[in-house]
Amino acid sequence: MLRAMIALILTLSFLSTASAQSADAPDRSATGGAQTVEDIMLRQRGEVVENSFRSSATGDPDSAAGISNQLGTLGGTSDPELWRAVRFGSADTKASNNGPAAAVLIQDGGMSWLKFRAGPLATYGGGLLMGMIALLAAFFMYRGRIKIDGEKTGRKITRFKAIERFGHWLLSGSFILLGLTGLISLFGRKFLIPTFGHETFSFLAVGSKWVHNNVSWAFMLALAMIFVMWVAENIPHRSDINWLRKGGGIFSKGHPPAKKFNAGQKLIFWSVIVLGVSISVSGLSLLFPFELNMFAATFSKINATGISSLLGFGELREVLAPHEEMQYAQLWHAVVSFVLMAIILAHIYIGSIGMEGAYDAMGSGKVEEQWAREHHSIWVEEIMAEKGIAPAQAASVKAAPVAVSPKKVTAKKASPKKAAPKKAAPPAK
Amino acid sequence: MKTMFVAFLAIAVISVGANLVLKQAGFSSQERTLGANVQLDN
Repeated sequence: MLRAMIALILTLSFLSTASAQSADAPDRSATGGAQTVEDIMLRQRGEVVENSFRSSATGDPDSAAGISNQLGTLGGTSDPELWRAVRFGSADTKASNNGPAAAVLIQDGGMSWLKFRAGPLATYGGGLLMGMIALLAAFFMYRGRIKIDGEKTGRKITRFKAIERFGHWLLSGSFILLGLTGLISLFGRKFLIPTFGHETFSFLAVGSKWVHNNVSWAFMLALAMIFVMWVAENIPHRSDINWLRKGGGIFSKGHPPAKKFNAGQKLIFWSVIVLGVSISVSGLSLLFPFELNMFAATFSKINATGISSLLGFGELREVLAPHEEMQYAQLWHAVVSFVLMAIILAHIYIGSIGMEGAYDAMGSGKVEEQWAREHHSIWVEEIMAEKGIAPAQAASVKAAPVAVSPKKVTAKKASPKKAAPKKAAPPAK
Repeated sequence: MKTMFVAFLAIAVISVGANLVLKQAGFSSQERTLGANVQLDN
């Protein structure tokens, strides 16, 4: 293992060295330091051109010709040098309006952002969502609705309290609105304008922006609520390993034991928390432009670890134009959101049409006891023990009076209380 | 279901409230980029 790791590190080191060598600056003495045919060819091939020879050629006011001499009025800076300074952001620009972005007249990195946003982001992001929907449809056709295997008892167990369901719906409602309005912002130009026209899209785009900006606060509040309410029950447990090994019983008969949240739900929970926080932070950065810049500082920290060079990416840029901070935040926001949307599509599927009885957990908050026994057997036993109630008595007051089959009763743990005549017992939780 | 609708109502209330608060706090792009020589809505 150690040998394999050393070999990997050495390979990566050689790769990064090779990459650095291929990026060596060409000899520009023939052009007096200006760009060469090789630079132009590189650019035409879409390869990276090391631009420091241009970004630093912005004139020399200290050795300017006298004001009465030829070109003296330029102050040691020719027009191309002046525009180069504007392009590379080193010109001393004054602007009437305020804000860090005001003095940036040409934002060089903007095109890369625009191309990525309209290209790979839209293509792969949209593909991820469509792929997930297709996967779920295929799974539904293969597996059908996962039914409750055993006989229903008619008894209900309280699974989520009202405040928990409120937090869940606050989070899910806001996330769906944010997802839809985010997709309108990203795909509107491409798909909605050709279909609905500019005027309708204008209304939709303005409305989407308002909704996206303001609903975000409900999402962040709900995220905090969910974390506080459920973190303790989502800490990994050894039963999760068994649950994962058996694939949650989705592809086979039988149900692996699980606590209140099974390993699949825990994966969803931590995905929502980690990705949701990341989306929230990048969203705040976009909500308050130029106030919360994160990427230059992050790139600096990554450079300090040496990981970037080791992987052959070279040094990441530690000085970014104000717009670039926003552009990176927007891309990160969108990429992480696409991943979370894909995960949540699967969550919505299994919580609705994919599994009988699952929706009740968030609908009424009370689930069929048999469903709970099949999917969260350890949790059911825990709450029974906690309340000192025999399994057969775990009926809520509102439970429909359904006869319990003898077969079912014998399958449960022997308890002296079980034999007692059934009477209204308090809800299990 | 009632809880779900209450949560959806809360989303609307929080959104409108957030919008009002942010407007009062002067965080609009217009206000953040105004200068002595740049006046809008006048």
